[in-house]
Amino acid sequence: MSQSYNRGLIEDFGRWKEFSAGMWAWIFHKFTGWMLIGYLFTHIAVLSTAIGAADGQMMMLAGEEVNVYTGTIQGLESLFIIRVLEVGLLAVAVFHILNGVRLLMVDLGIGLDSQDKSFYASLILTGVITVASVPTFLQGVGF
Amino acid sequence: MAERYSSFTPGGTGWLLQRITAAFLIIVLAFHFFQLHFVNHAAEVTFAGTQARMENVGYFLAMVLFLITAAFHGINGIYNALVNQGLSGTPKKVVFAVLALSGVALVAQGIYVAIVMAGVSV
Repeated sequence: MSQSYNRGLIEDFGRWKEFSAGMWAWIFHKFTGWMLIGYLFTHIAVLSTAIGAADGQMMMLAGEEVNVYTGTIQGLESLFIIRVLEVGLLAVAVFHILNGVRLLMVDLGIGLDSQDKSFYASLILTGVITVASVPTFLQGVGF
Repeated sequence: MAERYSSFTPGGTGWLLQRITAAFLIIVLAFHFFQLHFVNHAAEVTFAGTQARMENVGYFLAMVLFLITAAFHGINGIYNALVNQGLSGTPKKVVFAVLALSGVALVAQGIYVAIVMAGVSV
């Protein structure tokens, strides 16, 4: 028996109160995806200081002269806000990976009946891994 | 209910490549995070340490392949998300060109940086 109905524009974010688990998974996957590709551009930009370092460019870091690559990375890593952002990046990456595995399973037709449960599992596991990583990520800036 | 909810053209190479790069990225992204935050700490990264890692051919190739697949997966993902939101016509073509160009520039810059890190003077 087939049933047809007008579902409206599925991409209408104004209808967020009507969203089901699958829709939230879809939105979180988009959001984390945007974060990750945005970060990749920033990451390559920061790592590009290796070009200057290979060329012998130096800078001062905490009263010591270091090459510009080491100085830029260690300078950023000494900032508390950067460490907090890194925890955020980990959370985003872990969710994208776990939900990505879930999506590959859905594509293969495995466990379709529990796709909502696997979304909740992705969320919980992301939370657990993120919280467990906090001490490592904040080492040297308060921990 | 025969409607499709996917952002991708059915049976398209974009769809398949997005899945193949995803499978690869799951492993490499997890490895990358583990390697540079838990085995080595990001705060202790030095140019000499990076050079030592990148001089290993296997690691170098893994990182370059990581960059290419991540850039493709991300750019293709953004493009499809925008198409899904209703992007069409000339704006769709413009967005495609801008995204493709950004992706190529990102990969080119990344490979240049990787070569420099491996100690090869360009």
